[in-house]
Amino acid sequence: MLAHLPVLQVIVPLMASPLCLLLTRPRLVWLFTLIVSGLAFLISSLLLQQVMASGTIIYALGGWDAPWGIEYRIDQLNAFLLLIISALSTVVLLAAHTSIRQEIPADRHTLFYILYLLSLAGMLGIVATGDAFNVFVFLEISSLSAYALIALGKDRRALWASYQYLIMGTIGATFILIGIGLMYQMTGTLNMDDLSRRLPEVAHTRTIFTAFAFIIVGVCLKLALFPLHLWLPNAYAYAPSIVTAFFAATATKVAIYLLIRFTFSVFGLSFSFTAVPLQILFVVLGVAGIFVASTAAIYQNNVKHLFAYSSIAQIGYMMVGFSISTATGLMATLLHVFNHALMKSALFLALGAVMYRIGSVQINQFQGLGHQMPYTMAAIVVGGLSLIGVPLTVGFVSKWYLILAAIEKGWWPVAVLILLGSLLAIVYVWRIVEAAYFKPPIAGRDAIKEAPLSFLMPIWILVIANIYFGIDTRLSVGVAQAASQSLFGVSP
Amino acid sequence: MNLSLESMLQLSIILPLLATVGIVATGHKPNLREGVTITTSVVLLYFVMNLYQGIKRGESISVQWWEILPGLQISFSVEPLGMLFALIASFLWLVTTVYAIGYMRSHNEQNQTRFYSCFALAIGSVMGIAFAENLFALFIFYEVLTLSTYPLVTHAGTEEAKKGGRVYLGILLSTSIVFFLLAIVSTWFVAGTLDFKAGGVFDSDVNIAIAAVILVLFIFGIGKAAIMPFHRWLPAAMVAPTPVSALLHAVAVVKAGVFTVLKVCVFIFGIDLLSVLPSTQFLLYMAGASVLLASLVAMRQDNLKARLAYSTVSQLGYVTVGALLATSSGVIGSAMHIGMHAFGKITLFFCAGAILVAAHKSKISEMRGLGRQMPITMAAFFIASLSIIGVPPTGGTWSKWFLLMGTMEAQQWILMAVLMISSLLNIAYLLPIPFRAFSPGCEMPSANFGIKEAPLPSLIALCITTLGCVILFVYPQPLYELAKAILVTPGFTHGK
Repeated sequence: MLAHLPVLQVIVPLMASPLCLLLTRPRLVWLFTLIVSGLAFLISSLLLQQVMASGTIIYALGGWDAPWGIEYRIDQLNAFLLLIISALSTVVLLAAHTSIRQEIPADRHTLFYILYLLSLAGMLGIVATGDAFNVFVFLEISSLSAYALIALGKDRRALWASYQYLIMGTIGATFILIGIGLMYQMTGTLNMDDLSRRLPEVAHTRTIFTAFAFIIVGVCLKLALFPLHLWLPNAYAYAPSIVTAFFAATATKVAIYLLIRFTFSVFGLSFSFTAVPLQILFVVLGVAGIFVASTAAIYQNNVKHLFAYSSIAQIGYMMVGFSISTATGLMATLLHVFNHALMKSALFLALGAVMYRIGSVQINQFQGLGHQMPYTMAAIVVGGLSLIGVPLTVGFVSKWYLILAAIEKGWWPVAVLILLGSLLAIVYVWRIVEAAYFKPPIAGRDAIKEAPLSFLMPIWILVIANIYFGIDTRLSVGVAQAASQSLFGVSP
Repeated sequence: MNLSLESMLQLSIILPLLATVGIVATGHKPNLREGVTITTSVVLLYFVMNLYQGIKRGESISVQWWEILPGLQISFSVEPLGMLFALIASFLWLVTTVYAIGYMRSHNEQNQTRFYSCFALAIGSVMGIAFAENLFALFIFYEVLTLSTYPLVTHAGTEEAKKGGRVYLGILLSTSIVFFLLAIVSTWFVAGTLDFKAGGVFDSDVNIAIAAVILVLFIFGIGKAAIMPFHRWLPAAMVAPTPVSALLHAVAVVKAGVFTVLKVCVFIFGIDLLSVLPSTQFLLYMAGASVLLASLVAMRQDNLKARLAYSTVSQLGYVTVGALLATSSGVIGSAMHIGMHAFGKITLFFCAGAILVAAHKSKISEMRGLGRQMPITMAAFFIASLSIIGVPPTGGTWSKWFLLMGTMEAQQWILMAVLMISSLLNIAYLLPIPFRAFSPGCEMPSANFGIKEAPLPSLIALCITTLGCVILFVYPQPLYELAKAILVTPGFTHGK
């Protein structure tokens, strides 16, 4: 049983999703989904434990050995990502039943859970597999279900946002497919490990260069790197609150994973950073993304939009860490993947609670909520502080390593720019704080109560995680360090 | 109680944090709630006194909590400078609590539970700063202090409070994130350690240019030390209730700033390295300019609390100058000034609050003739002013004496002149207030009719601190010995 964990990780949610159709009562479906996601979380914890104890796990699907069969290959990097995805999916699901009752018509609840599980299975599949074409398959599974999930939003603009995402996402996926096809043409293999050994022979060809370019652009579209981010704000803002919380924590992280996997494992460090001026490209786009998106966040009146732009800025930080291309830099990126997932899921779930109580997340509607929904607002404050990077929160941990990496590399101006960028976070976080705490409640809305426990519980689990992993960093720093060092150790 | 000194050290940080919980839990019963605060502050003072006795006996007291990042841990140890700061802060917290009870109740302030709980949290972080064994732990508590005092500054919840809060948080967080954090990470990268060590952490072959830049980053980054042009947050913080201005913005927060400056100068750089860095001279002039300019600005303020705030900016400049002089007298003077100024300035703020509560006046021009109605308050104001100026029979004399000695040792004649001119300016902006209050020709009986002294708890508190100013003149030995011990910490030579 334990030997089959890598495939169970993906197959459990994938197989469970059609089963939802058999359970008709919304509450039952919800419980079932929660249990499935919890199982996935359990499997990923076991996997991480195994990987940390005894190294990379290689699993041949159906007993067909690679490079003919599909291979699942779990090392520290994807075990870490699997854990993040399944853990946050589970916590976010705790609030799903309460939240979607108000945002999605009752007859579509089963559909929602089916799509949710499909999307989860897709993301876990992308991360777990060691086969390049398999990546594309799972990418399409997770993306198609994501488009449908976003379109379920109550606001009619959700349809438009979903359509926008569909177009951009499909372009991205197609680019990735073209890249994979070109690599297959040159090497005759789709197995990543095999590819990494065969690519150096043909690395000088223009075809491989083109393949690399297609894959990088495709992945950057999916991870919403500035200036390819235009699909993201609306998709996050108009999707159902649960979907936003789930995707903000996971979707772009999966794309970051793909970027790291392709550049470090498949193409190899020396090719990736010499064939294309990737370093200068990503550091410029990363820093520009931090400043442009943070500034845009300051001027948003829809708080979901605000945090969506903040997410784009945070992706900028991850890209800067990536572009430093040292073990510390990559470690900072991985840490921020973990930490940012915690922050944003907490924040978007809290916004979900606000949506549940007052039906809007416009900033002027936040008046007086500091007194009416104290626990929800306190969660937003802590999440915001974490976003700013105050000590004792997870945000500080990732910032520390990012600055350290920049200084080690001798990139002093970048270190200063990163710090200046986090000042913009103070501004947009404090807009919400001032709106919530310094104005009396809106007249006629005296009866607003604190969010129900089914919301507060997952929100505060995440808030406490934000603080806990800011104090006890053994798990996050340990795994991120091991992953980044092994990527630098094994890459040619 | 048979507690070991180690557990007392930990409790002196944890206890105020626990008190926060107690205060919130007893929030509906004001008397019980204030009981919690007072009990905590008495117990805290007891612990700190014990620690003081401990290091006087020459014991070394330190505890380690846990490692946050590999090599960077939260750990505490007691050394003379931190001891001095902790003694002053814990003693004045007790006094301020007594004062606050009188002030907050007669002023009918809202949200008193939040007020007392944030106050306790702030004191807990001050203790953390005072006893931090390394820069990393210090930085954590430094930021907690900023955040826990924000609700106190914006206590009134008005538009003005919101604006004040913006400036407060904006400057303190920005400087600490952009400069301070960068300086800490750079130090970690260059020296490989963040522990406070006698003689500094940098090797003798450190790149002087880089060390010079790091020093500038530190001095800019420690915004709480309020060196111009990073001082705007302090006047902005004056929208807070007076007890907050008194304890936090004359003692705890600002002293945390100059304390950190002193710690960094002595234990990260070491005075030998400090004296050869090319940026020291520039920073000295900047601090000197801050001393002089802030005094000039203070003269033009009609709002009493604003005038006191600028006076604080100026006096904080003295401490920074003393630290940067990199001589033994400079360091002693700096450390003593932390204590002397604390007693003087808290008394002045107590008086300002008493006048506001009893006479509802905040403008200096309206305070003529008040001496007749509020003789105790005004007499206290006079004595505390003398201490700020630095003339006998008040404690401020000693610290200014050592600071002047320090400028002579370092042969910084310009700075010596600056310090002396600034003392004259102190006279010009502080003494007219009690003089006019007492002078017979300036009475406005009709306007002052029916004004009495402030409530008894407040009056007791301000008498205690006034007495403190005088006692510290007659008996400055404890402060002096602690200040001297900073430099004779075993092994204190650069590159030992």
